[in-house]
Amino acid sequence: MIVLENVTVRAGTFSLSGLSLEIPTGQYGVLMGRTACGKTTILETICGLKPARAGRIILDGREVTHLKAAERGIGYVPQDGALFSTMTVRQHLAFALAIRNMPDESTRMRVAELARLLGIEHILDRKPLGLSGGEQQRVALGRALAARPSILCLDEPLGCLDEDTHGEVCDLLKRVCREVAVTTLHVTHSMSEAKKLADCTFRIDGGAIRHVIE
Amino acid sequence: MTISRPINAGQAATLAGECRAEIHGLHRVPSDVPFVAGLCVLGGVYVLLIAGMLLADLSFTTPGNFLAALRSEDIRYAIRLSLISCSITALLSLWIATPIGYLMSRYPFRGKAIFDAVLDIPIVLPPLVIGLSLLILFRTPAGRFVERFIPVTYAVPGIILAQWMVACAFAVRTMRTSFDQISPRQEQVALTLGCSQSQAFWQIVLPQARRGILAAGTLAWARALGEFGPILIFCGATRMRTEVMPTSVFLELSVGNIEAAVAVSLLMVIAAVIVLLLVRALGRPPWNG
Repeated sequence: MIVLENVTVRAGTFSLSGLSLEIPTGQYGVLMGRTACGKTTILETICGLKPARAGRIILDGREVTHLKAAERGIGYVPQDGALFSTMTVRQHLAFALAIRNMPDESTRMRVAELARLLGIEHILDRKPLGLSGGEQQRVALGRALAARPSILCLDEPLGCLDEDTHGEVCDLLKRVCREVAVTTLHVTHSMSEAKKLADCTFRIDGGAIRHVIE
Repeated sequence: MTISRPINAGQAATLAGECRAEIHGLHRVPSDVPFVAGLCVLGGVYVLLIAGMLLADLSFTTPGNFLAALRSEDIRYAIRLSLISCSITALLSLWIATPIGYLMSRYPFRGKAIFDAVLDIPIVLPPLVIGLSLLILFRTPAGRFVERFIPVTYAVPGIILAQWMVACAFAVRTMRTSFDQISPRQEQVALTLGCSQSQAFWQIVLPQARRGILAAGTLAWARALGEFGPILIFCGATRMRTEVMPTSVFLELSVGNIEAAVAVSLLMVIAAVIVLLLVRALGRPPWNG
């Protein structure tokens, strides 16, 4: 479950306050808003990359407002994927597990599982340079899911994709998030993505988050 | 041209065509030849001057003078001391420049502008002033305390210190630029994956900065090789003791042995060219030709 209670976020001189939202456990929430309305800032604050100036952030019943990003148990996929240019796809999928000192055999099995789930077995030994947009997003998603987070935050994951790949990755997101039963917050400006993916939709309107009821 | 009555699509197209013809008819694109020629002349003058200097040096010395310089015990000592001290200086510069460059690139803090200005001081200060300032520093109680354990003034450690004072400043600039070019987004992702700041630095940022590290190390090495003023003031110019290659050039010139001075200068040019080529070869991305 993702809960924001009267949260204030700030990025430079830009600020939003009194933000509240609730995404039930296991559901796919989409937060919409036009460009530069603060969607990414809200996502970064939930992930712990920016401090919340006020209010509470509660993930799966645990208050994480003042916890470091590494302690929140969130999988994060930024807008451009931000793959690690010196690592292979295999190393990407294993990264979160290596940080946690997981045994090699468990890591190998988890990497194989993720590669199968995301359809990237054929590129495991490649580096990010030369991967297509769709492949990069799959790798970024796999990296975020490797440590089995209960929360997944996606910042416009389909923004840079062409139409064909867009549909493909959209279907992948829906399937994967259902299979791994992760509570998801997907930030986008696209209504069609919201219609296709969302269990619950929110919109930033006039500096506040409103629940859009279909 | 103003329109005062409603017009249909065909009339609009005709009007647009007439306006376009009027504008394009008046416009003449100036030739690019003077611009490109200007660039070539300015660039060419500078490159020719550099090449001219080197050719003049080459023509002034003979292979015999060159080999005689290499056979001289003093000059061989100076070459050895230069190579060793420059290498130590380059490593020390990287050791300090990497964390400072990262700090300046990633962390806002109070007084950052002043800190940044102080880091540039060794670059803008006259080399002789750096040497003099070091000499005075080691005359203070703190300096004398250090000298009880390590001889610095007029000794080899002093050479490394004098070289490092300037070389490190250049390395800091290079490392900061290098870190500025690496998006912080990847580190942010690493933090969400469970990394501490330190783990994100070592595992994500540093591998990507290796070309910058190579460039900074090379710049520091090359800068250290040419350092003369601070070393002269702080360490003196004692043969077979504190004589580095630039000092050899100075000493040979001061006794009127211009051929030997030019020979040593050419040795330094050769060393610099080898280092430059090495850096370009090692630093080239794999997808470049």
